[in-house]
Amino acid sequence: MSKTKFILGLFDDPDDMMHGIEKLQKNSIPIYDVYSPMPIHGIEDKLGVKESRLGYAAFCFGCLGACVIFSIVYYTLVHDWPMNIGGKPNFAMPNFVPFTFEWTILFTAFGMTFTFFAATHLFPGRAPRVMDLRATDDRFVIAVDAKGNIPHDDITNLLKEAGAVEVKHNDRKYVSYE
Amino acid sequence: MKTHNNFEERFEFAGTAKTLSLVAIVIGVVAIALGFVFGGEHVQRTYSNLLLMSYYFVCVCIAGVFFCAYQYVAQAAWSASFIRIPQAFAKVLPYASIILLLVVTAGLLQTHEVLEENGKKEMVPYLYAHWAAHGITTPGSENYDATIAGKSAFLNIPFFYSFLVIVLGAYSYFGRALANASENEDEIGGMSNYNKSFKLSAIFLTIFGFTFPIFAFGTIMSLEAHWFSTMFGWYNLAAMHVSGLAIIALTLILLMKKGYFSWVTENHLHDLGKLIFGFSIFWTYVWFSQFFLTWYANMPEESVYFYKRWEPEYKWLFWFNIVINFVAPLLLLMSRDAKRLINRMMWVCIILIAGHWLDYYLMIMPGTVESHRGFAVEEIGIFLGFAGLFTFLMLTQLSKVSSLVPKKHPFLDESLHHHI
Repeated sequence: MSKTKFILGLFDDPDDMMHGIEKLQKNSIPIYDVYSPMPIHGIEDKLGVKESRLGYAAFCFGCLGACVIFSIVYYTLVHDWPMNIGGKPNFAMPNFVPFTFEWTILFTAFGMTFTFFAATHLFPGRAPRVMDLRATDDRFVIAVDAKGNIPHDDITNLLKEAGAVEVKHNDRKYVSYE
Repeated sequence: MKTHNNFEERFEFAGTAKTLSLVAIVIGVVAIALGFVFGGEHVQRTYSNLLLMSYYFVCVCIAGVFFCAYQYVAQAAWSASFIRIPQAFAKVLPYASIILLLVVTAGLLQTHEVLEENGKKEMVPYLYAHWAAHGITTPGSENYDATIAGKSAFLNIPFFYSFLVIVLGAYSYFGRALANASENEDEIGGMSNYNKSFKLSAIFLTIFGFTFPIFAFGTIMSLEAHWFSTMFGWYNLAAMHVSGLAIIALTLILLMKKGYFSWVTENHLHDLGKLIFGFSIFWTYVWFSQFFLTWYANMPEESVYFYKRWEPEYKWLFWFNIVINFVAPLLLLMSRDAKRLINRMMWVCIILIAGHWLDYYLMIMPGTVESHRGFAVEEIGIFLGFAGLFTFLMLTQLSKVSSLVPKKHPFLDESLHHHI
């Protein structure tokens, strides 16, 4: 039993990598993930990546921000300690618009950032884990889960045929920058 | 994206589009004539509607120049595949400017007798009565108004005209120059025309940023000359931009439905949708800022503007303005998928075109026709007339260009592959 956990095909050209994806898909080999140092248009459709749900998170955080500040200001300035400011009514809607707007944006921005960190395991101070260090530099990487995808040599050959400059059989899933 | 596109495709202006736009022009002329025939309050209403629509017409054409200019300055690629449409808008600007000048001239020349608040009868022009009435800035005259006299360095006929002529002339020049450079590019290729467009656009945007607010102050805000708002220029810029984008998108969608622009995909629509959505929010932001500061300070000379718009005959329209120009695009265009649906985009554009008509209506009517507001022959007829005139002139310009795509635009290939 081989100790290989992941097979990585390293390409130096994004077009070759797209070709590699096609080849693997034609041979019904499931692709675990693809890493690229730059965005490649249309790759989500090709890999069948589900649409990001970050927008829904943003919407929920925005609503939360609006409710939080509206409640705070309503409690303090209308319910608990009403003050006469410029002779305006205590509960005048135009007053409530600017800060509700600001807090909606504030919560949306922070909420989205933290959701993104949580989803990608990227936290400040934490060394990011990657499957191959050069995937953030000059290599386009296709990762195939080795478990269940046998024989491994066939996958290696497919990747090589597609133009992979290097094929790695890794025993560990991630390498760390540390 | 299709791999083969016919870039030699020309737009042929004929058939239903031509007939309908000509019919609309006739309806407009009849509506104007009827307005004058009815007499009385209808004459004022006709003038106000003429000003509304000629201002709207000019603004839409300016939006075409503005769109081209910021696309060139941003070196944007996505818009290259349909830039001929805003270019056609830009080429109509000289005609629109002449019509606006004719309307304000007629409105300033023709006078009528009105009963002032103090019971005095006074001869005032139909347009700009608040500052252009005879003797209003002459000390000792019985019509003398100290506030207006204090503003006469800006609000006087020679400055008003020269500013309109110079500014609209400059915008028209830049619009023409950008369109000509693009057409010249089709013939000779290379980067020279693109670089020239970049320079022209940068110069235009600098001039435009400083002059457009003043143009709005002079043409629309001065209808109620005692009132002022420094926000008004940006508020009008936002309205001009949203309505212009909506008409660009609507023109594109209708032409796509007719089988033109086969290379334009939902990705291009998506980007137009984002601009429309974003600038609708921006419009609301400036609208609210203007309202909020006035409401908070509550100074009589400022709040009178909103006081008039809170009278029963305008109040529901005042709120409806927010619903149609903010809530509608917010809810209808928020999601990614919505911006990629051609029919959804089309209906939002139609809503916004009507919405910004209402927006201009609320800027103009309470200061001119006041409580004699209406929505009948003049409003509908003159709207149709100008819509027909714009369609006719714009499609004529579009049919003159040798191809519907700038085939040697340096970013054309990127635009055709645009994907978001």
